[in-house]
Parts: sequence; structure tokens; C-alpha cells
Amino acid sequence: MLQLILIHFREFIREPGIIFWSVIFPIAMAWVLGIAFSKQSELIQQVVLIENIQEQYPPLREFLNNSKLIKKEIYGENVSCFEKTLASDKLGKTSYRFISTNWDHGILLLKRGQVNLILKEYPDSLQYFFDPVNPQAKTAFILLTSAINNEKLVYETATISPLTQKGNRYIDFLIPGLLALGAMNSLLWGISYALIEMRSKKLMRRMVATPMKKSEFLISFFVARLSIAIIEALILCTFAYFYFRISLQGSFLALATIFLAGNIAFSGLAILISSRTANSRIGTGLINLVTMPMMILSGIFFSYNNFPEFAIPIIQKMPLTMMADSIRAVFNEGSGIIQVASNSAILTGMGICCFLVGLKIYKWY
Amino acid sequence: MDGVDLSIAEAEFLALLGPNGAGKTTLVEMIEGLQKPDSGEILIMNRHWKGNETYLRRHLGISLQETRFIDKLTTTETLRLFASFYGIGEERIAEILELIRLQDKRKAYTVNLSGGQRQRLAIGIALMNSPSVLLLDEPTSGLDPNSRREIWDILLHLKKNQHTTMILTTHYMDEASFLCDKIVIMDKGKILAEGTLEELLTRNQSDEIIEFNLEGNPEDLNLKNITWLRKMNWDADRKKVTLFVTKILQALPQILEKTSSGKYKIMGLECRKMTLDDLFISLTGRRLID
Repeated sequence: MLQLILIHFREFIREPGIIFWSVIFPIAMAWVLGIAFSKQSELIQQVVLIENIQEQYPPLREFLNNSKLIKKEIYGENVSCFEKTLASDKLGKTSYRFISTNWDHGILLLKRGQVNLILKEYPDSLQYFFDPVNPQAKTAFILLTSAINNEKLVYETATISPLTQKGNRYIDFLIPGLLALGAMNSLLWGISYALIEMRSKKLMRRMVATPMKKSEFLISFFVARLSIAIIEALILCTFAYFYFRISLQGSFLALATIFLAGNIAFSGLAILISSRTANSRIGTGLINLVTMPMMILSGIFFSYNNFPEFAIPIIQKMPLTMMADSIRAVFNEGSGIIQVASNSAILTGMGICCFLVGLKIYKWY
Repeated sequence: MDGVDLSIAEAEFLALLGPNGAGKTTLVEMIEGLQKPDSGEILIMNRHWKGNETYLRRHLGISLQETRFIDKLTTTETLRLFASFYGIGEERIAEILELIRLQDKRKAYTVNLSGGQRQRLAIGIALMNSPSVLLLDEPTSGLDPNSRREIWDILLHLKKNQHTTMILTTHYMDEASFLCDKIVIMDKGKILAEGTLEELLTRNQSDEIIEFNLEGNPEDLNLKNITWLRKMNWDADRKKVTLFVTKILQALPQILEKTSSGKYKIMGLECRKMTLDDLFISLTGRRLID
């Protein structure tokens, strides 16, 4: 058993690529996303203004009166931009960039995602072209109309109090999600891929042709990958603590319980995924089939509450969502063992079921 | 498999000889308990696989066709891993390293070993538990002559010094005839012939071969009239005549007489004893390695 566990650690230590993807990459991702969403940056609204010298809307021209004329290669050659920046002590700076071009080029910029909105002038009105389902286009429209009409966005009666204390920042949302995501990737890729590769190399066949206990063989994968997942999580937590000052507000026991339960769930899933195939390309496809929907839907980077209402109960039952939500609750809401008990039990049960089914249909030879 | 009936005596070294697709690996994997036969029974050391798996796994040594190991484990670590399944200590690992002549590669990652070295490692693993029965599936397939010779030396050493029953699959005639006590010729899942090399050749009327290249048509030479001729093969592509004769000393002068007129030019005349290759052709109508 010890030798079986050791092979995983030796492989892990001796493969620089594995160390990069499992240790450095999550930290780099946390750092980049943490920085990107924690520093207040200037908001730039980019719109296309259709060139028309004959028909101009006076309030817009007045608004553009003291704007800067700039050239930006990214919008095309010889395209002029007017940029005007408005500062608000409550909302920060907002820059409005009007790209003066013709209709066809404007549509091209919209298709490329460089702008969200196209503006056409008439002597007595403005026509806005945008997709009303696109929230960024909607925001651009609201900000732009109020700016052109010189309306206030924030009235004196409204006070904006920035929430930047622990537990409310984006990074507080992100780190627990990354812990869950790291565990999922470590377990699913670490176990499934390794097992499929062992089968395709006929190494598994060779190993089961000895008195080795099959249960010990599979348990060694779980023990080794769990240990590696714990090390990865500790490194990420240490980084988050020292760099972003994130600390655990709930119980450590609750965190350990949900982390273990999540690892059991993903281990079981990994055994099930790798139970039949000996082709690593099919294996990669299967692992992606399981991990990709969870990575996108489980609210690791952004809240899943923006998805349609009917989908939310389904998303909440995904193992990655259950693990991430519970870890988040322990980190940010001060949850204890009772609050995470239900999710932990479901995850453990799911893991055991997947493991048993996987074992039943397992192709050893 | 089609009606295979085979028994191997204790300490016997048996070769399963046949071309690719003959069913050698299937038969060996059935013996190894890695494949289940649809019908029939297999007894190893008087035990069935059912109910005796742990016992048999402890007493069998197996070298599969083309096993690859964990790339970033060293030779010693790989041996240690397999030793742990049998509860075997460091002393035996050192013995195995010496036996397979990989002491200087003990710290090398398996990914950096040559094909021959990897195959020796596979044999070392198979020998780890000092098995009573050793099964080797094409242990020298795809190796250069030197590496093949090194593996033969290990197997000959085992044959001389251990009391191990060995089964080896191969499509090399020389390997089967050089190493093994008994040869089983297989094709398309069937056993075509079995016995010692001598027995196999004797049973086939102890033919001798006269072979030569001929410019012209052998029909014109009337070779079929030669006394003591049992069979004649004409390879039109290579312009080669192969005569299977029972008494070479009587047959040869007749051939020389028929060609003495100078009308028919013969070249590369060769007289030899029948080989396994010839036997295989006479049994199946095709060569072992096409």
C-alpha cells in the first residue's frame, strides 16, 4: 500500500508540469483575478457614432465639445475617437469613447465585441442600436443617456457605502471556489487520467496479475490524491491569507468535513469515469464532459444566480457547486459543521455510489 | 481457441510457436487468468483459477507482451513496487537486478531504458516471486539481436539453475528451437503439432531439403520422377525449387544428372536438414514471419 501511494507522490514531484498546473496555476489565477476585481479601475464605455455631418444632435455635440480627439489602431486605420471622462466621487471615473465611423464598420466592431452600442444622430433625437438582452449594452445605454442629458446618476439622497471588509470582496467569493475547483481537477484528472493511462499501457493488467489487492490499488489513488489536494489547498490558503488577508470565519472542522466529502465525491466520480475506457483521448473527453459544465455553471468565478431561474436548483445540486457553496459559507458566513452537514452527506453518498457502480463495471484486464 | 488440449510437465520449457494472430497470447492470457475461456478448463499446479486466485498469483510469474511502466519511476522503484505485492524485501530486489543485469541502470527512470532493458525489467518483475510457473509472452519481439541474446542468456540461466516451468510464446523459430524442450506449433487458434524439435521433424518423415535456384521451368526437368522425392515446391517469384526428400544421398545424384546437360542452369544448391520453418510451411502453407 505504501509503495502504491509513493508512486503517485514520486510522479507528482518529478513532473514539473504537474507542479505548475496544480500549485502555481491556481495561485496565479487567484492573484490575477483578485487584482483585476479588487482594484477600482476606470470604466470605459465604447460606442460607435455614425458619421453624419449634415445631421447632428446638438446636446451630443455640446457634450463632445471639450472631448479629446484620439487615434486608436484597434478600431481600424484612420478612425477618429472622441473621448470624454466624467468623474464622480461616488462611482469613480467613467470615460466615454465615441468611435466615429460608418454603419458597416460600426457593425463589424459590434460583432467583434469592441463596442456594445451604436449611436445615430438626427437633428432632434438620437437613435441607439444595441441588444437589450446584453447587460453591458444596457449599462452603456443608461450611463450614456444620463451623461449626454447631463442628468445625475447618483442623487444626494442616495449614499454609496463601499463594502470592502473581509467576506464581502470578490476575492472572498473567489478563493473558496478555487479551492473546490482545485480539488475537482486534482481528483478527476489525477485519478481518472492516471487509471486510463495505466490501462492503456497495460500496466494495470500487469499489476492485477500479481497478488496486489484491487481495493488497495484504488484506495492508494484516493489517499495520494487527497493528500496532494490538501497540500494544494494549504498553499492556496496560505497565499490568500498573506496576500489578500483572507481568513477562515467559520469552523475548521466544518471546512475539513466538506473538503473531505468533496474529495470523496470526486474520487468516486473519477473511478466511474475511468472504469471502462483504455483510450486516453476518450478519457480526456469524458473528464472534460464532467468537469466543463461544472466549471462554467457552478459559480466558481461568478455567481450562478445570473443563470435562468429554472436552472439554479439543478446547478445547486452539482457536486462542485455544493462543495464551493459550503466552503464559501464556512469561509465568509462563519458556518459550522451543522450547516455543511447536509451537503457533506450528499457528496459522500454520491462518491460512494459512483465508486461502487464504477467498481462493479470496472475493466481490470 | 479451437479445441486446444495441452499439458506441460513440471520444470519443462515450452514454446508456443506461431505467426501473429495464431492465438498464442490468447492462450497464454487464459493460462494467466487474464482472459476467461468460453468453455473448457485450465489447471495450473492442479488448481483451477476459481477459488485459487491468490495462491496462483503468488506462484505465477508473468511477462506480458509490451508492458510499459510508470515513466518517472526508477528501475529499483519499479521492482520495489512489484516486490511489495509479494511482501518481498530489498535482498531479492538486488538479486533480480543482478540477474537481469540492470545494476548500472538501477537509478534510471524506466522511460529512459532501451527496449531490451525494459524487457529485461519485465522479466525481472516476473521472476520477483521465484515463480513455479513462468509465462513469457513474446519477450524478445522487436528487439535487436544483442538484446535478444541477453534475454536468452537470462532464460538459459533460469533453465539451468531453477526448477521453473516456463511457457514462452514466440514467432522466432531459432528462439523456440534454441531455448525450449518442447514446441507447440499454433495457427488460427489451433494446435497443429507438438513435441520436441526432434520429434516434430521425425514425425514429418524426417525430410531433408535440397534447394536451388533454377533458370527455366522445373516441369521440363522432370524432377517429379526422382526417387525418394516426397514433395516439391516451386517459388516462381524467387525462381527457387525446394525438394523434400527422404534420402538425400540417393536423390542428389539424380538431380545433378538431370542438370548436367548444361541446358538448365542451377545455382545456389543447398542441402540441409528440415527446419521448423520448413515444417511450418508444410503444415500451414505459409511462412512464420511474412
